[in-house]
Amino acid sequence: MGAATVAPAEVELERPGEGAGTDPDVPWVVIVWNDPVNLMSYVTLVLRRLFGYSRAKATRLMLQVHNEGRAVVSTGTREKAEHDVARLHAHGLWATMRRDS
Amino acid sequence: MGDDAQGFVSARRQLQRTSGGSIRLRLSARERRLLAGLAAELAERLESGVDAPDLARLFPPAHADDSRAEREYRRLVGGELLDGRREALRVLADTAGRGELTEEELDAWLRALNDLRLVLGTRLDVGEDALADGLDPEDPDAPMLALYGYLSWLQEQAVEAAAAGLGDEAA
Repeated sequence: MGAATVAPAEVELERPGEGAGTDPDVPWVVIVWNDPVNLMSYVTLVLRRLFGYSRAKATRLMLQVHNEGRAVVSTGTREKAEHDVARLHAHGLWATMRRDS
Repeated sequence: MGDDAQGFVSARRQLQRTSGGSIRLRLSARERRLLAGLAAELAERLESGVDAPDLARLFPPAHADDSRAEREYRRLVGGELLDGRREALRVLADTAGRGELTEEELDAWLRALNDLRLVLGTRLDVGEDALADGLDPEDPDAPMLALYGYLSWLQEQAVEAAAAGLGDEAA
């Protein structure tokens, strides 16, 4: 979730015509929401494998989801966020994306 | 999140990564038939639409507050996500009789077992501690909850086997 995940060079991929608030410098965030079915160990594994996070970082994010109901697991351009959400969905996690604010 | 595998963990491992790194399956013939049947059944249901409430859980919205963006997301990746699910279920059905799994097959097992649990858990409206108090034999859902617990236990072992492949033995 560091600045390295934000890629200004890709801003031309932002879709036009989305109305106000499309400042390309504002990144998107990917949020994973708590749900009663996904196993804690599985969520940690998925975060490690999809994002290359250390076990410690993935575990911390998993516990944030579990205890607080949600956690931001990645940030970046709209296209990157959509890609990340799709990969999380492919693994059955409850993920959404929104413009950071 | 669920922690439904607790209570089953003292039983002998049925899916595990050996010290040599291969992924070994030790299941009874009945369990293999059960898994293959469940996977084939869900794959077949996914052929005929995904609008049933329990199947909808497999396709959560990416854009919760923007229906236009959500339609675009579905258009872009909806087919791919559906194909991926069917493929993982097909791998589970086809390899349930095996003695060993490849890394790719283990990955498919992880996703397919999770999808089976998501659908069953949604149908049963489980909470995080669905099996914390054991099963009530008077509960008409008890057989399905037992199946849910079994799938959770098997998935926990699949997660451990996959995590061991990432370079740590303990979950």
